[in-house]
Amino acid sequence: METASDIRTEAITLNMGPQHPSTHGVLRVVLELDGEVVTKATPVLGYLHRGIEKLAEHKTYHQSITLTDRLDYTSPFINNLAYVLTVEKLLGLEVPLRAQYIRVMLSELTRIQSHLVWLGTHALDIGAMSPLLYCFREREETLDMFEMVGGARMNQSYFRIGGLAADLPEGFEEKVKAFCEVLPARIDGYERLLTENKIWLNRTKGVGVISAEEGIALGLSGPCLRGCGVKWDLRKANPYSSYDHFDFEIPTGRHGDSYDRYLVRLEEMRQSNRIVKQALERLPAGPFNAASPKVVPPPKELVQESIESLIIHFHLMTEGFNVPRGEAYCSVESSKGELGFYIVSDGSSRPYRVKIRTPSFVNMESFATMAQGRLMADIVAIIGSIDICLGEVDR
Amino acid sequence: MANLEELVGKIKATFPQSIEETVVCKDEHTIRVRLSCLLEVARFLKEDPECGFDFLSDLCGVDYMGRAPRFEVVYHLYSLKHRHRLRMKTSPADEDLTVPSVVSVWKTADWHERECYDLFGITFSDHPDLRRILTPDGFKEYPLRKDFPLRGR
Repeated sequence: METASDIRTEAITLNMGPQHPSTHGVLRVVLELDGEVVTKATPVLGYLHRGIEKLAEHKTYHQSITLTDRLDYTSPFINNLAYVLTVEKLLGLEVPLRAQYIRVMLSELTRIQSHLVWLGTHALDIGAMSPLLYCFREREETLDMFEMVGGARMNQSYFRIGGLAADLPEGFEEKVKAFCEVLPARIDGYERLLTENKIWLNRTKGVGVISAEEGIALGLSGPCLRGCGVKWDLRKANPYSSYDHFDFEIPTGRHGDSYDRYLVRLEEMRQSNRIVKQALERLPAGPFNAASPKVVPPPKELVQESIESLIIHFHLMTEGFNVPRGEAYCSVESSKGELGFYIVSDGSSRPYRVKIRTPSFVNMESFATMAQGRLMADIVAIIGSIDICLGEVDR
Repeated sequence: MANLEELVGKIKATFPQSIEETVVCKDEHTIRVRLSCLLEVARFLKEDPECGFDFLSDLCGVDYMGRAPRFEVVYHLYSLKHRHRLRMKTSPADEDLTVPSVVSVWKTADWHERECYDLFGITFSDHPDLRRILTPDGFKEYPLRKDFPLRGR
């Protein structure tokens, strides 16, 4: 008879992705397995590399805004913000307070939306179907709001250099207000489905653990790093776009596992909701664009009436504007972590170099550490809990 | 910002030979480090308590075609404790395009350096696993170089 010691075993290499529903895009992971235990996980990237940094060198500063939407397509406004802040820094442009508040409000709605997509898909990945349906119900409402301001459900390019594409449309504020009223109860609802659910706890607690030191060394940021207990959020640490005017808390976890990252993101949605409410209540009146005719196109009504405005509009849309020679790095707290733009200007109307520091790319670097020694089935939970967007990883 | 100015002064005083230049642009401080001293300065920036640059936000290449040296490698450093930033730059020699890897100082540099190698062809000596990361295996070009065309040939 054959005994256990007679059975020949060998390590196998398993390919996961790039076409796999749980990798959230076209991520490929090469897994080395000893039975069901992962001894080494190697991500293979680049399947969605579109050369956005190269393209940006060939477009005017205004045109590149549309490229930024397509990085992390679940948080378009935050991507816009990081980019326009960097260009505004190079130009030395002051943005009116109303525009800053609207930017904050929409960034936070984006964060909520991004976390909703994350929660729904992450739960679905590890076997919970219903949260997806609830999360996408709320997400639909946010997309309706985004459509109101930007004319599209995704890739709105609503933030412009110097301000916004247009002022808030009629009925928008009421819609946001109504959403803010119901959201906290809806988040409680998700929690009822998951937070104490035994299967959820088994699948996420102690899974994908990373220590704070290791996370910092690996450049981890956003909810993933806060899940390890590091209280670092750029909105508080280095405030931009008037974030210092708002009252909110930075939630942190303790264990650095998938479960703590889940708790952090849920609380972040509540905090974002608070910020949106405050921004709405205190929304100042006034212009929504900087008074800088060299950068900001004239209002549409004027373009249709005066020839001078038409010429300026035409010039800005075709030639663009020159940005003084220099370089700047600006980063914002995106829904996934530190999103930074490093732009070098040679004084022309097109950037000389645009480097995008995307949180998904850098956070993915921690994946190998989190996956080491875990079961094959945990890999799906870990990828989900990092919350990557391949558009942002590959650029 | 005054604090950071003093700090840059201190860094310069500690490494008078290694810091080639300090620049302030848009309230952002930049130090240019001699290539041969890069690792030594990087270690100091991370370990010195006043600097405390424990977080490497970003590392990237820039191609200044027509200038000598042609390439620049730019490091964006951040301190989680002091919440300040510093930009560090160095330039590899045009003949060998090699920069010492900082993976031993900031582990996150691993993928950043691979990306820089992939898109600019800059080699990082002592890198644990210097392979292309975004473009396919077997790709021969360096697409972010200025002489690489935007459209296919």
